[in-house]
Amino acid sequence: MTAPAIHIEGALHRAQSLLIDRFAITFAAGGWSALLGASGVGKTSLFRLIAGLPSAALLDGQIAASDGAPIGPRVAMMAQDDQLLPWADALDNIMISARLRGDLLQPDHAAALLSDVGLAGFERRKPAQMSAGQRQRVALARLLYEDRTIVLLDEPFSALDVMTRVATQDLAARLLAGRTVVLITHDPAEAIRLADVAWIATRAGILPCPLPAARPPRPPEAVSTLSSQAALFQRLRLISETGAA
Amino acid sequence: MMQNLFHTLLRGLVVLLVPIAGWQATVTLSGIPQYILPGPILVAQSLWDNAGLLWQNALWSAGNLGLGLLAGIILGIETALMLALSPRARWLLRPMLVIAQAVPVFALAPVITLWLGYGMPSKIVTIALVTYFPITSALFDRLVALPAGLVDLSQLSGGNPCRELLFLRLPHAVPGLLSGLRLAVVYGPLAVLIGEWVGSSQGLGHLMLMSNGRGQTALMFAALLVLAFLSLCLWLAVEALSRWATRLLLCG
Repeated sequence: MTAPAIHIEGALHRAQSLLIDRFAITFAAGGWSALLGASGVGKTSLFRLIAGLPSAALLDGQIAASDGAPIGPRVAMMAQDDQLLPWADALDNIMISARLRGDLLQPDHAAALLSDVGLAGFERRKPAQMSAGQRQRVALARLLYEDRTIVLLDEPFSALDVMTRVATQDLAARLLAGRTVVLITHDPAEAIRLADVAWIATRAGILPCPLPAARPPRPPEAVSTLSSQAALFQRLRLISETGAA
Repeated sequence: MMQNLFHTLLRGLVVLLVPIAGWQATVTLSGIPQYILPGPILVAQSLWDNAGLLWQNALWSAGNLGLGLLAGIILGIETALMLALSPRARWLLRPMLVIAQAVPVFALAPVITLWLGYGMPSKIVTIALVTYFPITSALFDRLVALPAGLVDLSQLSGGNPCRELLFLRLPHAVPGLLSGLRLAVVYGPLAVLIGEWVGSSQGLGHLMLMSNGRGQTALMFAALLVLAFLSLCLWLAVEALSRWATRLLLCG
């Protein structure tokens, strides 16, 4: 399992209007790339195009993996809403994709992943009997069960309270190591904490974003993290005020 | 716990007894002739005296109702599944479904009786037809309303449509099926009555018409009560099923 880098170049359109002007970006192989930007700029549309899902937007350009193989079948996704099946317990939720394919189910493996995300003993719990943080960790276990090399995360931690968020971020960083992870976020702190590479999406294009030298996941309370966060915050404010960098 | 049970019983008793007392009081105080409005005591008397006759006719009506409901439910579920699975079937059948909802199916009862005669088949078909459409459309609406996130999940997993229907859409659509069932058990007894009023030689609806014609108003009321009891039992059964399914789907 070698995770490929993903190159995207072109311009993003929706209907007749331009969403993001010409850009060329690379999501690092086997590392975390953050994609920042205001709501409505087209981050999620771009994501859906990468995953090969129906999207409201059209890319005038191309998306390619560094090894040249198709991306779609290697993608697993996790969104802000945990998207768990309310009628199924944790184990069945983790194995749902395998069940949809008709693959042989591996409940022992699913239970091991559940304990990896710190939820041993929750095998038979249903989503309604878990907290938001626990549900998101089940969603993470489901992602791991799929064992895909490319992982797209669409604001997966944004609905969690601060301390739960930091813990879940650390967990995800540890368990997803070695995969090509792309993280959509509008939270500068999250991008600064987790990313190896970060990009800022604006109407004028997608711009690189400097990060602290320390390796992620960076401690949220470290001075270097906080000062980078402040600089990024300032830059984002400038972008939202002027419409470009 | 005991106290709760006691309260429920007490409430049931009050809800049942107060209207009956009001009914008897109205009859006694106003002096309405018994062929217009018989009192509850008279109706109870008639219920007792004609128990055999009522039982026989109730059995016939209930048998038709059961078979008709079963046919309507099975066909409805099958149609909804087929519509959810096949875009071509959807393109072809969905307008028909919409039109059938706008046309009162009850109005077809005379035609069905004309074609299928006075016996059981015409009754069963009428009941099945009346329950078929609400089941189909309530279930189908939920089957195609799978949340976008789960549609994405299914597509990314690379599963096939049949398995998606079985493992995602069907469990998601159970509440739709239940609301279809609720409508079906309300329409079903109505269809029994209408089918038998249009033409029948047996059944509670037939008995009501006959006793009405002979001025046996108390017997008519008795037949009505039996039918209402039948309806209530069906409704309670669906409620119980609904609670059980909801508990099964959402917790423990």
